[in-house]
This record gives sequence, structure tokens and C-alpha cells, in this order.
Amino acid sequence: MRQYNTGYQFKEGFHSIFAHGLMSFAAVCMIVACLIIMGSFSLVAVNLDNTLGDLEAQNEFTAYIDDSLSETEIQKLQSQIEAIPNVSTVTFVSREQALQDYIQRYSDSENSDLFQSLPQEVLRNRFQIHVVSIEDISSTVQSVEQVNGIAKVRAELEIAQGFVAVRNVASAVAFILVMLLLVISLFIIANTIKLTTFHRREEIAIMKMCGATNWFIRWPFIFEGMLLGFAGAVIAFFIQWGIYSLILNAVANYGGLQLLDIIPFRNLAGRLGVTFGGAGLLIGGGGSLLAIRKFLQV
Amino acid sequence: MIKLIDIQETYDNGTKALKGVSMRIDDGEFVFLVGPSGSGKSTIVKLITGEIAPTTGRLMVNGYNMNTIHPRQIPGMRRTLGVIFQDFRLIEKKSVMENLSFVMRVVGASPREIAKRIPYILNLVGLEGKEHALPSELSGGEQQRVAIARALVNNPCVIIADEPTGNLDPQRSLEIMMLLERINRLGTTVLVVTHEKELVNRFSKRVVAIENGRVISDEMGGYYSDETI
Ligand SMILES: Nc1ncnc2c1ncn2[C@@H]1O[C@H](COP(=O)(O)OP(=O)(O)O)[C@@H](O)[C@H]1O
Ligand SMILES: [Mg+2]
Repeated sequence: MRQYNTGYQFKEGFHSIFAHGLMSFAAVCMIVACLIIMGSFSLVAVNLDNTLGDLEAQNEFTAYIDDSLSETEIQKLQSQIEAIPNVSTVTFVSREQALQDYIQRYSDSENSDLFQSLPQEVLRNRFQIHVVSIEDISSTVQSVEQVNGIAKVRAELEIAQGFVAVRNVASAVAFILVMLLLVISLFIIANTIKLTTFHRREEIAIMKMCGATNWFIRWPFIFEGMLLGFAGAVIAFFIQWGIYSLILNAVANYGGLQLLDIIPFRNLAGRLGVTFGGAGLLIGGGGSLLAIRKFLQV
Repeated sequence: MIKLIDIQETYDNGTKALKGVSMRIDDGEFVFLVGPSGSGKSTIVKLITGEIAPTTGRLMVNGYNMNTIHPRQIPGMRRTLGVIFQDFRLIEKKSVMENLSFVMRVVGASPREIAKRIPYILNLVGLEGKEHALPSELSGGEQQRVAIARALVNNPCVIIADEPTGNLDPQRSLEIMMLLERINRLGTTVLVVTHEKELVNRFSKRVVAIENGRVISDEMGGYYSDETI
């Protein structure tokens, strides 16, 4: 019995869009607005996350090697550290190299000559250790400290943890905002569609009197809502594309914002399209369900 | 079969619409339910269609126990009934054909079954050739015929008509009543609610009279006939 009705219900929903043209237009506009607000928030969040990700990539700490170790022992030590969870790369830096780095880094400071005259024995051989996840850096530092042959570890944990905190707060805020917007838009759509269902309540009552199940009545409304939602998603996608490109150009032409590494739209288009499509269908279909809920109690 | 046992109905605002009604309508019967306005006739109809639940008393409709019926069973129960109202309640934007076919869709009929059944029903109610008209293009009598066709289209056991002639002139009313009688002769149980005594008295049928929420008489040939003597 389903096979006959699915086509019928889809047709009913489709007809209804044009029968209530103005309301359908209003609903699509609301969906477009909601999706663009949500999309903009998400794109900002994704870019922020990307920028923080870049900073994170530079996150590393230094482990000083006990002076008594021979070269082969150091090599063994290196593979031992590489085996520690969350360690991504371990780079050996000899004391000569470390001195060169210092000299280079401070070459234009007042004390450059001080480093120049420094004997390399003052510095120790060391490992530069990169971590996979900045969140677990403190436990990684502890593990490295406990390895035999490591004399001392120097890590700037506050900075690392600061990054983590900023990123966590940013993604939590973005998530909550998007969820909030999703709920708000669901209610806006529900109320817009409710305006079209209002004079259909008589019709719904008639259907129920004839023995229609609630789902038989719901499906045309759900199809209608999903079609509107999808139409809104397609329009919103192209508008979002335009807005994003404008902002991208503006940032690219403004030299001072080199720190912001904006992701090109084509790298995000797939994800954005799928998200908009899904959100449009969800908001449209869900909104319709909400809208007719009251009228079904006959 | 419809069976009411000592039904009382009190609306949310405290109105006692029914104060202990018992009656039984067997399959194949034709019954008039008469009584003055406000006596509780439509309340009985709403109880039978499951729009409201009895406050106290027992109610059986075509094998469904309405005291314990699950909301999910209500659509199935309603498909055993065909309901007709004074104000026709057709879907205005749908043609005669669509008003009927959608009720068949409700029960999952195939397009082929629908195409076969609708001409037969339209012929039965005397509306051949009107399938593409909108309700607004039809007279009151014709609209009520569409409503009767819609009530009949899924072949229910019972037809319930709540003041089906309230909006029609005497000649149209008589025609509608004769149509309902014919439908009854074809095997469907018919319950007609009305307060038009002349109409009731033209038929020799069982008449249940109700006043102030109570059954005051239930006999063949009519209650109003006694009153007019
Ligand atoms: N939904 C309702 N809420 C409250 N009172 C109602 C409602 N429907 C009907 N009534 C009251 O119940 C009584 C019986 O009404 P009804 O069954 O409609 O009478 P009838 O159909 O015989 O004219 C009347 O007093 C009416 O005012
Ligand atoms: Mg009434």
C-alpha cells in the first residue's frame, strides 16, 4: 500500500508549495537566512581552528641528554622516546648546532658577542620533541622526564595549555551557537509553515474523520518542508560562496593579517554543501512536523 | 453493531450532555436519532466516531471497545464508518473525483481500484458527469451527495449522518433521505440524526428520541407522529 501513497504524498506536498506561494517564499527566505548565519559562524570557527592548528604544529619541547651518554646510546634513547605515545617526531640537536642556533637567533641583539664567545661545552646535546596532540603534552613531558638518560626537560606548558583552552572554548562556543541557531530556525520555519497549515486544519480534521493515520497526513507536509529546506540550502550555498569569496579577497588584499591563514572555498565547498543540504532537509522537514503537531489531535 | 450502555458524557466545561444513554443498533438497521437542538445528538455521533471518549458507561463500535481503544486503532475503527455532516465538509480545492480518491488513498487502495470504484459510487449517488467539478461549483444537494459518496467509497459497515439535510430545501432533503434509504437496502447500516419531524414521518423506520441527554422513546414508525396527534 505504501508504494501508491509515496508518489501521491510527494505530489501533494509539491502542489502545496505553489498553492501557498507567498508562504513558501517566506519559508525559503527564512531557511536561507538561518543557514547563512549558521554557515558564517561555522566557517569562522573552521578557519579559527585551522589557524590554531598551524600554531599547534610549532609546538614542541626540549629534552636535555645526559652528558655521559655515547653516540650509540643517544640513538637508542631517541628510538625509546619515539616509542612514547603522543610523540610525533624526535630531532637530535647537538651542542654545536644548538650554539649556532643561539648565535643566529640573537645575532642582531646587543649581546650577540656574548654568545659568540660562549664555549660550546656550556650547552648540552638535546632532543627537540614534537607532540601529536597538544592536549596531552603535559603527560608526554612527564613520560620523557622519566626516561633514563634524559637529564632535564624544558617545556612551556602554559602556552600549550593556553592554545588548547582557546581552541576548546572557541569550538564549544561555535557548537553551542550553531545548535542554538538550528533550534531557533526550526521554530521559525515551524511557525512559517504553520501559517500555511492553519487553513488546512479543517482539511486535516476531514482526513482524520475518514480514517487517515497521522503519518498519512504528515508525509505531504514533511515532503513540502524538505523541498523548501533543500531549495533554501541551494540558494544559501551560493550566497555563502559569494560572501566567503568577498571576505577572502578583502583579507588577501590587506597585508597586516598574514597570521590568518584562510582556507580556500573550494576546500570547504563539499563539506559546506553537504552540511547545508542536510540542515535544510532537517529544518524543513522537522519544522513541518512541529507545525502540524497540534492539528493532528482530532 | 453499535452498542451504548449507560453512557454519560460531561464536557470539560461541566456541561452534562448525556445523562445515561443506552441503545443498540444492529447491522443492517436504519435508525433515526431525533430530538431538539442541544439534546445531545451530536455528542452521541462524536462518541461513536471516537472524537470524544465516554465519561462513564460502555461503548462498542463495530467490534472495537471504545473504552479501551488505543489511539493507533482509531483510524482503523473510523474506516468502518462513513460520516456525513450538515456542512458537507468537502475539501474545497479538490475536485469531486479527488475528494473521493483521497479517501481511498487513506486505506491504501491502488489507482486501478480507485478508477473502478469512483464511477460506480458517483452513479449510485446520482452524480455521474460531475467528477471534475469543484465543490463550489455544485448545489447544496449535490455537495451532500459528494459527501455521501465519500462516506460510501470505502464500503463501511455503518453510515452516520448528522443532520444531513439541515442546509437543504425540503425537496432536496427528501431526495437525500431516499438515497440513504436505498444505501441501507443495499446492506449498509444507517444512522440519521435529525430534528425534522415531517421528514422522519415520511419513512416508517425505527426512531430513537432523545431529550435533555436521555432516551425518551425508541420505537418503530416514529416518535413525532404521537406528538402531532
Ligand atoms: N465541545 C463542547 N463543549 C462543551 N459543551 C458542549 C460541547 N459540545 C456540545 N456541548 C453541549 O452539550 C449539549 C449537547 O450538545 P449536542 O450534542 O451538540 O446537541 P445536539 O446535536 O442534539 O444539538 C449542549 O448543551 C451543548 O451546548
Ligand atoms: Mg447537533
